[in-house]
Amino acid sequence: MTVSISTLEVGQQIGSAIIALTRQDLVRYAGASGDLNPIHWNQAFAEGVGLPGVIAHGMFTMGAAVQLVTDWVGDPAAVVDYQTRFTKPVVVEDTTAQPGEPGAVVEVTGVVGAIDTEKSTARVDLTVMSAGQKVLVKAQAVVRLP
Amino acid sequence: MTIDPNLQGRSYPAGETYSVGREAIRDFARAVKATHPAHYDVDAAAALGHADLVAPPTFAIIVAQRADAQLIGDPSAGIDFTRVVHADQRFVHHRPILAGDQLVAALHVDSVRAMGGGAMITTRAEISTVDGEPTATTTSSILVRGEDQ
Repeated sequence: MTVSISTLEVGQQIGSAIIALTRQDLVRYAGASGDLNPIHWNQAFAEGVGLPGVIAHGMFTMGAAVQLVTDWVGDPAAVVDYQTRFTKPVVVEDTTAQPGEPGAVVEVTGVVGAIDTEKSTARVDLTVMSAGQKVLVKAQAVVRLP
Repeated sequence: MTIDPNLQGRSYPAGETYSVGREAIRDFARAVKATHPAHYDVDAAAALGHADLVAPPTFAIIVAQRADAQLIGDPSAGIDFTRVVHADQRFVHHRPILAGDQLVAALHVDSVRAMGGGAMITTRAEISTVDGEPTATTTSSILVRGEDQ
């Protein structure tokens, strides 16, 4: 690992990431996770329950956003606590006819929010935006550091 | 459908064992666009001191949602799945989930709160190995929207 608790400071940026996604990514997540709710892949069904369109699984966004932390800390097992609230849905447009064109883009930035030297942990606060709106709120990952 | 007000405090014992496979970890990692080699390459995981492939931080949702299905699929609970919205989620890892783990999850309904015409239900899955070693605690709140919401 490259990150050491002794050199960390509260307020320190850990970097940023851009996640471009398509409806195919939602189908892949549905299959891998077992969450087959049609609001994540069927336009007519999503609209029928009052959604603006097909939306990403909240758990897709949560799962993808934490990669910024994993890559920064250098070991996925260092993430000992991770939580979020889901506030706004990520609407994913159908770009099947435009290969390579994302249906939605999620932007993730992270900052060190707290350090606990006794427990040798740090809390990373994530800001997760899509289409100009916060889609995750209180997205916090606690990592154990050497 | 109405939510059973006595749901709070209900528990569902550990159900079927979930066997964590290497390919399931690789597939889930790809699905959340995780590129860390410890999810894919046993040698890379070993270099970090792990006995096998390391699951991504949210992998436990697979096990937790299987446990949740016991509640949501329980007709006596009165939950209409088509009206469910995921409100919040937390994972506390007691140790990393690795390929080869045999996991079970006991589900607890921690709270039920009326919200408008619907309800906010918070569940907790205590995930452990079949040998009883605590692995992860996941907490999830779902909003079951009322008929007019």
